[in-house]
Amino acid sequence: MMFWDPRVEEMPKEELQKLQYKLLKTLVYRLYSFSPFYHDRMKQSGVHPDDIQMLGDIRKLPFMYKRDLRDNYPDKIFVAGQDDLVRYHVSSGTTGKPTVVGYTRNDLDHWTASLARGLVSCGLGRGDVLQVSYGYGLFTGGLGLHYGAERVGATVLPTSVGNTERQIELMQDLHTTAIACTPSYLLHMGEVAEKMGVSIRDDTELRMGILGAEPWSDTMKARIEDWLGIKAYDIYGTSELSGPMFCECSEQKGFHVWGDLAYIEILDPETGESLGPGEKGELVVTMLQKEALPMIRYRIGDITSYDDGVCACGRTHPRVMRISGRVDDMLIIRGINVFPSQIEYALMAVPEVGQHFQIVVDRKGALDDMLVRVEVSRESFSDKITDLMAIRKNVEHKLRNTLNVAVNVELVEPGSLPRFEGKAKRVIDRRQL
Amino acid sequence: MTETDRYVIKQISIFSENRPGRLAAIAKALTEENINILAFSIAEADGFGVVRALVDKPKKAYEKLTGIGFNVAFTDVIAVKMRDSPGGLYEIAKMLANVQINIEYSYAYTGKEGGVLILRVDDAEQAVRLITSLGATLLESRVFQ
Ligand SMILES: [Zn+2]
Repeated sequence: MMFWDPRVEEMPKEELQKLQYKLLKTLVYRLYSFSPFYHDRMKQSGVHPDDIQMLGDIRKLPFMYKRDLRDNYPDKIFVAGQDDLVRYHVSSGTTGKPTVVGYTRNDLDHWTASLARGLVSCGLGRGDVLQVSYGYGLFTGGLGLHYGAERVGATVLPTSVGNTERQIELMQDLHTTAIACTPSYLLHMGEVAEKMGVSIRDDTELRMGILGAEPWSDTMKARIEDWLGIKAYDIYGTSELSGPMFCECSEQKGFHVWGDLAYIEILDPETGESLGPGEKGELVVTMLQKEALPMIRYRIGDITSYDDGVCACGRTHPRVMRISGRVDDMLIIRGINVFPSQIEYALMAVPEVGQHFQIVVDRKGALDDMLVRVEVSRESFSDKITDLMAIRKNVEHKLRNTLNVAVNVELVEPGSLPRFEGKAKRVIDRRQL
Repeated sequence: MTETDRYVIKQISIFSENRPGRLAAIAKALTEENINILAFSIAEADGFGVVRALVDKPKKAYEKLTGIGFNVAFTDVIAVKMRDSPGGLYEIAKMLANVQINIEYSYAYTGKEGGVLILRVDDAEQAVRLITSLGATLLESRVFQ
């Protein structure tokens, strides 16, 4: 089976946009009438439902943020009453207060349908055994994948997380063909298996991984595919969107976002200006059909780009690339957006320096001044000042090419930069002083 | 032992950031190991420097400094004896200029052997041959180590 819902998945773009406009219009009227929260927000922005006259008018609507859910804990922002809810999920916020999401029967149906389309698009179906190694319970990952896979006729093995040895035994005994988990857990599983004398590549029937719930890179993907001998598909979602929601198709060139369920925009995180296909910016999602907890222009805070062309798989719905960073990490240097992940990537090409770095931003006169500290590796240390200067020039050159902004580089002693302490220590921004 | 081996001295070179206390940290570490510093120089660039030192126990110094996190390398240098009176350096410098030895860097010190000029050259073997053939005196490495 190639498509779960071919009529929708292959819908001509024009028709899809008409449908999106209709759904948006209905959504805005509904919220204006029934959501005191969003009604007030629209009033504050001076927007009335009648102002939405075409799909592009979505840009007139105010944003929603994660903090809106926290501020309205637990369910003050819900549009459905408790008797219409059939489930809750709760996410533990990294910044303290948890957020609660609720689902009507239709919400669950849409969530499951979205995953059914995605799972079929990467080749999962009847005859497959999907081991769901995402957490079950308050987290959305386990139950989301569980119902999606059951819907397409795969056999679900609900192992949840942990007890890795047992997971590997079951993988062999029940002939698991696909696994859903975080990419780092799958790598961990590969290592544990090797210690048990089991090669996932040779001693199991695993052929694919549906991986997400944490940022991962092309390097990690290549390692998983080469080492374990499987195909690795990206899956994306957050509890506010329902849970894991959108999955890469067999082309592995970004996950399809079903246009009848969600409308995506990519914005410049600073100016809010709309960006086109291929341009990197902040992903903003409007859920077009959610009932219990509608999300309009939700700023998740993830950085990525999208491709609006018809996919080689035949699906007309836009594709979003693997998440490359978080808005919270972004720095603006002389008007240019700079992400620490870009620096990490550029430094990988310079073996003379380690991968650790620290960014110091200062203002010299009217101009931002960016300094990147890198460690000279022991292997490449030369007694000659000229060699060291050449290393520094090379790093400056590579960073300038990657970031499109001039950077000064300072060479520091190995081991002197802070490690794994997050943004706080990795970026020193002195401009506010 | 070849002529070159007899005269080539193992200098330690230490990468150091230009911030207070780095030189003190190096000196303290060497003191703890009872290592004697015979000569040293600091080459500074923008933001960092290289500390170069002749010590009596280079291997031990290397291990100690690497152990506390420093980036350390061995570098081959040679030592030319200078006349310990006015014009001593000029004599040697003129001689080196005449024979066109490519000198990476040099530094001088005065010890119990008198005035000494430490040279880092591209081709140690050639430098040893030329300098000795001109009648200048090279100090053997065992004088230091
Ligand atoms: Zn596709």
